Amino acid sequence: MSEALIPMLGVVTAIRQDTPDVKTFRVEALGGGKCFEHMPGQCAMLSIPGVGEAMFSITSSPTVKEYMEFSIKKCGCLTDWLHRMDVGQQILIRGPYGNGFPVEGELKGQNLLFIAGGIGLAPLRSVINYCRHYRQNYGNIQILYGSRSKDDLVDYQEILDEWMQDEGIKVYLTIDRAQEGWDGHVGFVPSYVEELGFDPQGKVLVCGPPIMIKFTLQSLEKLGFTKQQVFTTMELRMKCGVGKCGRCNIGDKYVCKDGPVFRFDELSELPDEY
Amino acid sequence: MKKIAENRLPELYQALSAERKLYLPLEEGGVVGYGLYSPEKKTALTAPSTVKSPKELFFPQVEGVVNFQMQGKNIDILPIEMPKEDFVVMGVRACDVRSFDVLDRVFLSDPVDGYYAARREHGTIVSLACDQPQNSCFCEAFGIDAAAPAGDVRCFIREGVLYWQALTDKGQALTDSLFGLLEEAGPAGQEQQEAFTAETKEKLQALPYHGLDLSAFTPDRLGELFHDPKWKKLSQACLGCGSCTFVCPTCQCYDVRDFDTGHGIQRYRCWDSCMYSDFTMMAHGTPRPTQLEKFRQRFMHKLVYFPSNNEGMYSCVGCGRCVRKCPIHMHIVKVIKALGGKKDE
Repeated sequence: MSEALIPMLGVVTAIRQDTPDVKTFRVEALGGGKCFEHMPGQCAMLSIPGVGEAMFSITSSPTVKEYMEFSIKKCGCLTDWLHRMDVGQQILIRGPYGNGFPVEGELKGQNLLFIAGGIGLAPLRSVINYCRHYRQNYGNIQILYGSRSKDDLVDYQEILDEWMQDEGIKVYLTIDRAQEGWDGHVGFVPSYVEELGFDPQGKVLVCGPPIMIKFTLQSLEKLGFTKQQVFTTMELRMKCGVGKCGRCNIGDKYVCKDGPVFRFDELSELPDEY
Repeated sequence: MKKIAENRLPELYQALSAERKLYLPLEEGGVVGYGLYSPEKKTALTAPSTVKSPKELFFPQVEGVVNFQMQGKNIDILPIEMPKEDFVVMGVRACDVRSFDVLDRVFLSDPVDGYYAARREHGTIVSLACDQPQNSCFCEAFGIDAAAPAGDVRCFIREGVLYWQALTDKGQALTDSLFGLLEEAGPAGQEQQEAFTAETKEKLQALPYHGLDLSAFTPDRLGELFHDPKWKKLSQACLGCGSCTFVCPTCQCYDVRDFDTGHGIQRYRCWDSCMYSDFTMMAHGTPRPTQLEKFRQRFMHKLVYFPSNNEGMYSCVGCGRCVRKCPIHMHIVKVIKALGGKKDE
């Protein structure tokens, strides 16, 4: 068994500025192709020597064979450094970590409702594009995505050019406050969920800031959804990624290895410490 | 069973350290701790306890993981060689021997931690039965027999003689390498062992924490224990110094950090503590903001979370080090008693 803490080498082959503080980085193995395979919702440890190492969700779909993508918000030492780097920079990567969404299990054959807030779209984008690729395996797909402003919508161009053009996929966008050049919906995600009054069947995948997740779950329950229908993905501080460094636990579950994806009925059995 | 007179122990140390490194309790400046043997060192094999456990011989406080060189946009990964030196650690008490079972559950489960596994493979444990349990000891509560420690070789000392019994193949190989130094103990060895066990049992029964009851700490009571209002009072005076975690033989939380060596970057791992404020700190905050959550995490992990994932095995061995070291005298025994453990009167 090779040592789990030792990373492999990748190279950044493209950088896209999504929003004022989010960039999407394309990472390939040195000889081209992906560093490793993953499932939607799994994560990888990215690091730069002397700067730091942190866990990020893999935002590209496993069906993309050429590269992996990471949408990263600038909010600390490592992410600041990543935001300053240029294409061609080599980067350390290890993974994949975590369980991922049950795309080949509980989600298969189901109508899917994706609800994302801000950078919370990053892990869901992997699932959305996976389900678009294997379209026949899933029912209706609805996507509700909200952010602070129009400029803070991650993957906006892909949403307009691809997701909104797909038949059988409905996309609802919302921003927190009205803004010039935006004629779409204005308002917070949880209230928009209630306004749209989704039919309480199928499965729901939610990711966003903790406060958004909390109120969105309440809205879903008002509409008749049960906790068993709703999945989310958690984020806690991690160092090892393999359940040994001891810091990402919620009760007796380690987010890095038992998560990061949890069903809400499982999550509500655990201590409220996340 | 073999034996050697206690006054010939220096010969035994010499023989053990001739072919490999020997670690055993040494006294330096009035402090007893595991250290590398050499003839001029002051050995303290029979000292009641060591300040730190022998954990660091297998899981060092700081160890390099991998080196990097940065050149422009390029990174070179330079692996660090895995530990491969044979060593013996002698004098390990029953509680500390059990702590390796706990650490094994963490580091030898998939994916195996290569550094720890290599040291476990190259290390031979020579345990020493305990005849001086301290007032702070409570190994008995975890079903540990202080008089009959596990290990590769088990020793006990009685009436000026050290008795030596190999328990594993590794222990037998070590015994064979000491050809000529150890004598056969004969039937007297068995008698001495029985007497030793009886004496130790009596001492254990007289301890203040004898009869400590852990029956309240079961995984199905996770929620109930977590929400117990007593945590607030128990954690109130905790300084967050982390002493308990550093002297603990089973605490295994670690940090991974980078260090500029002047010739490149070394990624190393080091012991960390759940008692520290930045342990779970993220860009948007921490799920354990006050000392209450940090304090609760440590004890819930040892008494509930760890057993829940390891067929009921507690992540505490009752060595009593945290009881002796805590600057505010708040420790796991008080937590056990407050949250439902009772003392058999």
